[in-house]
Amino acid sequence: MTKKQKKMLIRILIAAALMLILRFVPLPLSGIPMFLLWLVPYFIIGYDILRKAWKGILNRQVFDENFLMAVATLGALAIGLLKTGDYDEAVAVMLFYQIGELFQSYAVGKSRRNISELMDIRPDYANVEQDGELVRVDPDEVEIGTVITVKPGEKIPIDGIVESGESSLNTSALTGESVPRDVRPGDAVISGCINMSGLLLIRTTKVFGESTVSKVLDLVENASSRKSRSENFIARFARYYTPIVVFSAAALALLPPLVRLVIGQSADWGDWIYRALTFLVISCPCALVISIPLSFFAGIGGAGKAGILIKGSNYLEALANTGTVVFDKTGTLTMGVFDVVDIHHSELDRETMLEYAALAESASSHPIAVSIRKAWGRPIDLSRVSKVEEIGGNGVIVEIDGKRVAAGNSRLMIRLGITPIECHSAGTIVHMAIGQEYAGHIVISDVIKPDAAEAIAALKAAGVRSTVMLTGDGPSAAAQVAEALKIDRVHSELLPADKVEKVEELLSAKKSGETLAFVGDGINDAPVLSRADLGIAMGAMGSDAAIEAADVVLMDDDPLKVSKAIRIARKCMGIVRENIVFALGIKLACLVLGALGIANMWLAVFADVGVMILAVLNAIRALFVQKL
Amino acid sequence: MKKTYKIEVDCANCANKMEDAARNTAGVKEVTVNFMTQKMIVDFNEGTDLAAVMKNVLSACKKVEDDCEIYL
Repeated sequence: MTKKQKKMLIRILIAAALMLILRFVPLPLSGIPMFLLWLVPYFIIGYDILRKAWKGILNRQVFDENFLMAVATLGALAIGLLKTGDYDEAVAVMLFYQIGELFQSYAVGKSRRNISELMDIRPDYANVEQDGELVRVDPDEVEIGTVITVKPGEKIPIDGIVESGESSLNTSALTGESVPRDVRPGDAVISGCINMSGLLLIRTTKVFGESTVSKVLDLVENASSRKSRSENFIARFARYYTPIVVFSAAALALLPPLVRLVIGQSADWGDWIYRALTFLVISCPCALVISIPLSFFAGIGGAGKAGILIKGSNYLEALANTGTVVFDKTGTLTMGVFDVVDIHHSELDRETMLEYAALAESASSHPIAVSIRKAWGRPIDLSRVSKVEEIGGNGVIVEIDGKRVAAGNSRLMIRLGITPIECHSAGTIVHMAIGQEYAGHIVISDVIKPDAAEAIAALKAAGVRSTVMLTGDGPSAAAQVAEALKIDRVHSELLPADKVEKVEELLSAKKSGETLAFVGDGINDAPVLSRADLGIAMGAMGSDAAIEAADVVLMDDDPLKVSKAIRIARKCMGIVRENIVFALGIKLACLVLGALGIANMWLAVFADVGVMILAVLNAIRALFVQKL
Repeated sequence: MKKTYKIEVDCANCANKMEDAARNTAGVKEVTVNFMTQKMIVDFNEGTDLAAVMKNVLSACKKVEDDCEIYL
């Protein structure tokens, strides 16, 4: 508790004790002396409210809750003095109001700390060697290219590349993933991971402010500044709610007695004014105004802990309304790494075929060439290769050991006057010819992630109506993947530029009120990410472009996280709706009961504070997302 | 030109009021008050004197909520 909160707690305790004494200890006093005695706890608990109310009047801020509480309680005291001789209501209203405020400030402070602790990935220092000794320095002061030492158990403070040492890293603070990642010299490592086993020397590649951990923290801290529609609705609502209640209270105090006078009954001023004062007690929109941003804050915090960074409350809202999910196949549903899966129609054995292919493709950095060299897996003797001739968009013709070898697509074969055998497998086909003879073809395909099918099923289960896959692959390969994963619609043979167009087409076709989410791997798809209603970048650890362009960032490349993000958003929005309906419902009911004279001030203040406490507790529920 | 200020405010509704008050101050293009992180993010119009504008923002905020603080 802060000093302010402790002081308030003491005031509450003293006022409550005094109130109990005055209420239950029979004192031989009545009239003015009794009134003065009751003023003691009243001022102890309410002096700051009265002072703020007075300042509010001076600043022409009449409709603030301090003013309303002051009017309601002073009114109740006046009725007590003039009519009933009961003053406990006025003190109780003040007391419970303050208890509510104290609880609110405590709960909000506590959840703020909890959420910051969840995201406790900020490194405090970096170890740098100076004059042969390790010195702890502020990560902000470390320049690019410095070698830092990270001991087992320490956090990596700055992004960099491992110079020496081998270890496994715990990335769970960033990704929510519990399986450690092994690193060795040459591997890029990102800040925020915890070094678990060995000593690592890391050459930094970024300054601290540009490192992953700083970006992530900045993003999470500022996320709740982008307000959602619900938050804006509540802010607007609060602006009108209080004045409306105050004017209704005034009407309730004046109109019925006047009407009664006109029709010749007694006016009952005291009764109607009392009912009006009850109105004022319910006039504070606190429960709503606090619980809605708190729910979003907790939801975003919980998602962050699971490795899902949501850049704003508005995106959380959009995520909950997701109706269509569009995947850019490579890197989201598939690994984005190509593998040789098969060799067809070859007279040669697999090894020889791969050897020739690897030698032919030895000069290329194309992913297909890389995958062939990887499949061959042995060092390449470049002296065997000569007369390399690349034919753009078709393939390559080289001489290996004096023999002409061609590797490429069917157009290359036809160009050379060789008839290729068409392949019916999915994937990219590399036809080979040795001399003038067709030598068969190699099937290379992107590997589907093990969780991809489950991820699509989970999206369906989470209520996503349609899933779409965009890919640059040919129609047959695309259809095969879509079938394996049970994706509803496929658009194939798309160039990167076509993807924006396709997403725009889908955007215009979707139902209004629904969100179209685009999932990409953050490489080359920034325009699409920003064009879709909601851009989700996957596997973004260390990719700045993706973090910038996307609205939701999945820290690892697990496609299941997409449905998890939607479920988190749905839960959070559910809580927001519960709180709106619940708080408004109870307030409305109290207003009606108060107007009818059934609810007294006690009930009103209990309802007001109780609703607020329950709404705050409910909001904190949004933080618990592990089991979703 | 965007700047973030640390603030101190007790109630969420007061934060909303501060946001309104700050938004209506001359020289301020847009402002967001984040109650949960106790931050005020102010987007200033081009070529304004930040210190002078923030002084006005602070006094406007003090008017709607006496108990608030903006750490300039």
